Amino acid sequence: MRKMLTIISNVLRGSASRNKCDVHKLEEGPPLQAVLTREEGLQYYRTMQTIRRMELKADQLYKQKIIRGFCHLYDGQEACAVGIEAGINLSDHLITAYRAHGYTLTRGGTVREIMAELTGRRGGIAKGKGGSMHMYTKHFYGGNGIVGAQVPLGAGVALACKYLGKNELCVCLYGDGAANQGQIFETYNMASLWKLPCIFICENNKYGMGTSVERAAASTDYYKRGDFIPGLRVDGMDVLCVREATKLAAEHCRSGKGPILMELQTYRYHGHSMSDPGISYRTRDEIQEVRSKSDPISMLKDRMLSNNMASVEELKEIDVEVRKEIEDAAQFATTDPEPPLDDLCNHIFYNDPPMEVRGTNPWTKLKSIS
Amino acid sequence: MASLRCFLRSGKVFVVPCDICIINSILLLQVTVRDALNQAMDEELERDERVFLLGEEVAQYDGAYKVSRGLWKKYGDKRIIDTPITEMGFAGIAVGAAMAGLRPICEFMTFNFSMQAIDQVINSAAKTYYMSAGLQSVPIVFRGPNGASAGVAAQHSQCFAAWYGHCPGLKVVSPWSAEDARGLLKSAIRDDNPVVFLENELMYGVPFEMSEEVQSKDFLIPIGKAKIERQGTHITLVSHSRMVSLCLDAAAVLAKEGIECEVINMRTIRPLDAEAIETSIMKTNHLVTVEGGWPQFGIGAEILARIMEGPAFNYLDSPAVRVTGVDIPMPYAKILEDNSVPQIKDIIFSIKKTLNV
Repeated sequence: MRKMLTIISNVLRGSASRNKCDVHKLEEGPPLQAVLTREEGLQYYRTMQTIRRMELKADQLYKQKIIRGFCHLYDGQEACAVGIEAGINLSDHLITAYRAHGYTLTRGGTVREIMAELTGRRGGIAKGKGGSMHMYTKHFYGGNGIVGAQVPLGAGVALACKYLGKNELCVCLYGDGAANQGQIFETYNMASLWKLPCIFICENNKYGMGTSVERAAASTDYYKRGDFIPGLRVDGMDVLCVREATKLAAEHCRSGKGPILMELQTYRYHGHSMSDPGISYRTRDEIQEVRSKSDPISMLKDRMLSNNMASVEELKEIDVEVRKEIEDAAQFATTDPEPPLDDLCNHIFYNDPPMEVRGTNPWTKLKSIS
Repeated sequence: MASLRCFLRSGKVFVVPCDICIINSILLLQVTVRDALNQAMDEELERDERVFLLGEEVAQYDGAYKVSRGLWKKYGDKRIIDTPITEMGFAGIAVGAAMAGLRPICEFMTFNFSMQAIDQVINSAAKTYYMSAGLQSVPIVFRGPNGASAGVAAQHSQCFAAWYGHCPGLKVVSPWSAEDARGLLKSAIRDDNPVVFLENELMYGVPFEMSEEVQSKDFLIPIGKAKIERQGTHITLVSHSRMVSLCLDAAAVLAKEGIECEVINMRTIRPLDAEAIETSIMKTNHLVTVEGGWPQFGIGAEILARIMEGPAFNYLDSPAVRVTGVDIPMPYAKILEDNSVPQIKDIIFSIKKTLNV
């Protein structure tokens, strides 16, 4: 078995429908060759499979009404989260919008805590108080419900990185829908003026809720929308492409050149959220075609198998382990108790003495501690 | 032998012989609200290098209202940052910086412009500590002039005390005097939570006496505690910001007629010091609130509701009432503008009606 392999990476793929790695105001894109070690390959495979299985389990639990409210699933886009994390360090920072379960995992959350947050239990990553859209870990700022707002926040994190001189950067993610938000352009301007170390990343999954990109954007070249900010457009279904592009972007930021913009062309199998069947604005055929030709996990698997980097049994074993992890997490998420009622008013203020909070009527005085 | 002590504040120099200092260290200075804010920021910038100021014209222009005069010259580009006219963007950047370990002061040239950024104040700043169940705190101050000015018309004259005061997760502060401005801004900057700091443009140039105690670098006023500016026995007046001046003026006039008003300066809008108001009502049995903002769902409305629901209701000898701005967008012409905000005579009228005299 080969331990290391050099792989000819992105630029042109077999399928004519996939775009090349286009660049905007950049001298060159990421290298055409990338090195994938067996270890890395297995790790990416495992993480992507974990995200996939976790999201499918969330789908199940939602249909059983054990998860409620908003639930935006990430299956199909795994290569983005895993590839990005592979191109940065855990000491860097990342922020995204509400399709955040995958990032919560890659940024250090556990499947248990994520699922228990979805089911609203006390063992959830936000103790059940945030839900699907509001999960946080160290150097991961959510999970944000108001699309677009996370982009200036991410630039602010980048400002802090620069201010504190720690050679860290911030990855600010947004979707094709949010890409038209005014505050994002305000952020491009300030990030450029002040040379903030941010990587703006547009996860273009072709649909903003039920609206296709052609119906929402006068220019769908999202990687060019930063205008004065250099940009690149990358195959977001290929974890290696994403990784190499991220490495290039990170290098750009860390060398003090200011922000850079990446567009990841990706696809979500589920609808916008669990309340959207996802077939009124796109065909089942389209979904099926992506699944069969561009599935990120299958692509990585085929690559590793055809290059003798792993055996079928080995990968199957990982599948089994992942399934077990998800089952255990789901078990925990469905049996862990809900948060205690006396947690209701806590966490209003940080580092403050306990205070009183009015209940639903004047006689009910509730207690709030930091 | 006298030794010398020099104070350099607002361009004034005082030289005091030491024997006087030993006996009696009360040294009163006249300080404007503007200078008090400036000094508070200067001291906090010096004390903690994570503190920085951003906003429109705060650096090289010395501040649209000169509140940040001299700070850029002293601290430079890294800590005093001029922003483009993009409130939503720079407020979001400020909040993100606070999340990542800095302590920003985000200036809105007036709070009218904060409406463009209000999503960042409420959804990104105020709610985050709760949504993250304590994982992510946001130590930020949003400050700037609030409410009516003079001749700036409808889009530049709104009072946002009630809007921000509505939201859990925010602290909302409304200083009146120079002492308030100094002590509350220092507390706000040192507070680990989002604080909305509502100043008043018409108060910036007003001088107040500041004792030595207040001048000390660690003088702080606790957020959430009101102050009784004038003791009285017949009626309680509750107010915030510039209207406190008018209440004191009304009280002075009425004192000549034998009516003694107790004037409470709220200092903080949220959390509201209901206890101070209740204690006063239990003494005076009458309440009038005075605010510059609109009546509907305003500060006075909240105070009256709380008094109704609380122990002080039984001590009221007549219904509590509110004196507020007129329920219209602010007009431009001076005569119209003057009649859109409470005047001293309106306060006196309401007091006499409440006291039935």
